[in-house]
Amino acid sequence: MKIPTLSVKHMSAVLLATVLAACAQPPAPTAAPAKPAEPAKPAEAAKPAAGNVEVELLFPVAVGGPIAKIMDDYMARFNKANPGITAKATFAGGYADVLTKIQTTVQGGGKPAPVAVLLSTDLQSLLDADLLEPLDGYLAKAGDAYVNDFFPAFMLNSKDKNGKVWGVPFQRSTPVMYYNKAHFKEVELDPEKPPKNWAELLDASKKLTKPNGDRWGLQVPSDGFPYWLFQAGPISLGKNVVGAEPNKVFFNTPESLEALDFFVSLSQKDKVHPTGVIPWATTPDAFLAGKASMIYHTTGSLTNILSKATNPADVGVAFIPGKSGFGVPTGGGNLYIFKAAPQEQKDAAWKLMQFLSSPELAAEWSRDTGYIASRKSAYDTEVMKKLVAEKPQYGVARDQLQYAQKELTSHQGAQIQQIYGNAIQAAVEGKKDSKTALADAQTAADKVLSQFK
Amino acid sequence: MRNKLTQSLNLIVLFGLGLLWAVPLLWSIALSFRPPNVPISIGSTWWGGSFSFASILKALDSAPFGTYYRNTIIVVFGILIVQIFTITLAGFVFARLKFPGRDALFLLFLLQLLVPIAILIIPNYATIRSLGLFNNLVAIMLPFWASAFGTFLMRQTFRTVPLDYEDAAKMDGANWWQTLWHVYIPPARPALAAFALVSLSSHWNDFLWPLVVTNSVDTRTLTVGLASFTQMSESGAEWSLIMAGTLLVVWPLLVLFLVFQRQFIASFVQSGLK
Amino acid sequence: MSSKLRAILLGVALLLPSLVFLVMFTALPVAQTIINSFYRRNLATRNQPVWDGLGNYVRLFAADSDFWQVLTNTLFAIAIVVPISVILAFLFALLLNQRIRGIGWLRSSIFYPTILPMVSAASIWLLMFNVDFGLVNTFIKLVGGKAQNILGTTDWALWAVSFVIIWKLTGFLMVFYLAGLQGMPTDVMEAARLDGAGAWHTMRYITLPLLRGTTIFVITVAVTNAFQTVDHLYVMTQGGPNNASNLLLFNIYETNFRFQDSGLAYAETVVLLVLLIIFTIANTVVADQRSFDAQ
Repeated sequence: MKIPTLSVKHMSAVLLATVLAACAQPPAPTAAPAKPAEPAKPAEAAKPAAGNVEVELLFPVAVGGPIAKIMDDYMARFNKANPGITAKATFAGGYADVLTKIQTTVQGGGKPAPVAVLLSTDLQSLLDADLLEPLDGYLAKAGDAYVNDFFPAFMLNSKDKNGKVWGVPFQRSTPVMYYNKAHFKEVELDPEKPPKNWAELLDASKKLTKPNGDRWGLQVPSDGFPYWLFQAGPISLGKNVVGAEPNKVFFNTPESLEALDFFVSLSQKDKVHPTGVIPWATTPDAFLAGKASMIYHTTGSLTNILSKATNPADVGVAFIPGKSGFGVPTGGGNLYIFKAAPQEQKDAAWKLMQFLSSPELAAEWSRDTGYIASRKSAYDTEVMKKLVAEKPQYGVARDQLQYAQKELTSHQGAQIQQIYGNAIQAAVEGKKDSKTALADAQTAADKVLSQFK
Repeated sequence: MRNKLTQSLNLIVLFGLGLLWAVPLLWSIALSFRPPNVPISIGSTWWGGSFSFASILKALDSAPFGTYYRNTIIVVFGILIVQIFTITLAGFVFARLKFPGRDALFLLFLLQLLVPIAILIIPNYATIRSLGLFNNLVAIMLPFWASAFGTFLMRQTFRTVPLDYEDAAKMDGANWWQTLWHVYIPPARPALAAFALVSLSSHWNDFLWPLVVTNSVDTRTLTVGLASFTQMSESGAEWSLIMAGTLLVVWPLLVLFLVFQRQFIASFVQSGLK
Repeated sequence: MSSKLRAILLGVALLLPSLVFLVMFTALPVAQTIINSFYRRNLATRNQPVWDGLGNYVRLFAADSDFWQVLTNTLFAIAIVVPISVILAFLFALLLNQRIRGIGWLRSSIFYPTILPMVSAASIWLLMFNVDFGLVNTFIKLVGGKAQNILGTTDWALWAVSFVIIWKLTGFLMVFYLAGLQGMPTDVMEAARLDGAGAWHTMRYITLPLLRGTTIFVITVAVTNAFQTVDHLYVMTQGGPNNASNLLLFNIYETNFRFQDSGLAYAETVVLLVLLIIFTIANTVVADQRSFDAQ
């Protein structure tokens, strides 16, 4: 074959010029963590009162999206109210990106951003890597009323094993059940009485399921982080899979087994649930398209689902049914302060944290994103009252919080979550019976955790 | 009669094959032009009910594609330009210079063919960190600045240049770099062009390495940006948006390819067969 | 200065730009990988390296370790990808080696996945395989089957992600066969035709032997690709469900960057290196053997 001649000389000349021009201006200064962060600042550090303190908040969201715009607006409002502090949000992609950003900066000997939003379940790993600034001093000044105003369920993943608080709840969620009221009417179920327990759930699912996979009664996603939705089962039976100790998990318990057996039977025996591992990302679509009458998903999807539904009034939101009682884990992200940051930045970061967790802002954040407002008093604000009055669906997650428990976390949390998730997936597919799957998971988890005394 | 039948059968098979391979791309293009807020499961497989640029616009608005394009272009050309320099010199040495120890050094190049850089992701990440280059565009390019594959390509190409030419140049008093520049490089241009196309398109597609050595939007490339795009939503994916994002990532290379189909294919062949 | 010394100096100087990067990013890292694989380094050791002897390997190859599955998956994926993509590439090349109008476009429609980023290809196939509205399932239902949750089923996930590699790789391999076919000496083919050799006979005794070199090259490319390609897992399955589609390189990435167990990740890299070396040796031996046979 003949190679037509592109003029390499010409091409390279143009490109060389482009690249040189581009390389001449290295990426923004924040992008070089290995450099000692901004050594030009000591003058300001010496006189913090007079100077301007810059606070960078690392926030796990893609740049330029609607949420980034909301966050920029919050920063502007904070800066207006706090002369002498310039807060700025840096949008770093996903939670994992923010975490590596902090870790790599600190390991490289640099100063990290003083504050970030990270998963509440990252707490233990952050402690193990010795990255966090204790909040005791700040909290003592803020007074008990501040901490006590947060929903207690959210604080469970903000404390270490001794009950010491390390993070402030910010964008928190729980699983809820979405159900299609039109489908309920169609099969003569009361659309205002969603199933409250497993028996009712199974009964409704059977009625709602249509043959040949045209419509499933219930669909529970099980890829990505299957442990999360599933954890509701053992919690509702009164025995969570995790306790206060970060080196112990309870996968192989009668409660865990009963929950897994029930879950497996939905697809294997009763055929009211699709088989295999169901993708998280497409489950809302399946619900909206009427292919599943009931789904489990995060409260964080509420705004999205309501905005896309052909008839939003038909979208029912209910507690996740347990065997007899209720129970769910919490989820989502906390605000943390990093100890390697300069002191005056940490102090300013605490102010920013308080601002972001104020009842007014918590309410707005809930309205704009679908996360649950993290504080009780947020529900007394006008914003929240109006929202719940207009769309009662927004009140359900809050009411369910009384049954909420700690999300699975431990040393090596991501690995432990995956071990449990794998056991669930193996059982759901019938690759292992529930008992073996859970026993294996327990052994594997114990092995990992035995490294941590 | 029978001939005609085989002929049309032949055409049908060929056409079906092409279509089968092209369908995923065609479908993703079709999906990109659906409105973003309508679930894909609604409507027919190919037609969402209306034609809309809204998904593309929304995708452009949800991620800094401008920065991603800029970074990707800097990276792919930054790699290529240094590579052209290093492979030309090294190829020349292995083609025409003889000195003791040369073959031992050749082994080092062989090692890179045996152990692709992609699998040394963990130690290379550590190296980048200790160089203080983490989250710098240079970090994405650095490991690829030596290319054993390119060196071999140039070596083979230079070997086809008759030695008489070099001798003639030497008679005229040309030193080594004048010889290289005037005698060896001109006939090697097609090979360099082929190498350029292969290098550009393969580094445009790099993912895991840029993902690992960058952590901020300012330094991320298109592929990394796209991947976080597909993962970003806690509340369920907007497929038309993801497909629009995919389209935004692939169109430059795809258009280039459709315009220069023959050159592309020939380049890949040439760089492989040498 | 002696001319010999001058030659050495010049040679080394010209190689230096390449050598710097080869040493920094290939030679030293290999050594570094082997050494670090004997240290434990994770959050339990507070990220400090602690001498652990063969500890990482013991953990990797424990009877109940997931690593066995990752290894089997990797070998299985190679066993699917290599023969299927090579055979398809050859068949496609035969089909597309004709002179008719529009053949260039047909070749391009097979070749274009080569230039798509794997992440983009994976996003597209993630949708193609979707159980509710993916084209694959639309097709299955069209021919009377039941929609399958392909990526969410242990038995299918690995096939599906391997298929994506095949889809992406076949066109690339095909063009080498095309070049090989077009480079066939016409006189030999003509002579065979005049001798009355049937199509099958020509294929078996003339075409295939002449393409032996191409085939060896194409197989090498396919194997290296199958070892290295894991970008699609990040988008499509994250190695799931229950590790069913996890491959070695992706597992290395996960172990180091998600689970922060770098000692273990180094040990896994050593295993990958060993596999690659075994393959290269095997390939060289087979290639030599074949060329010996041919003589």
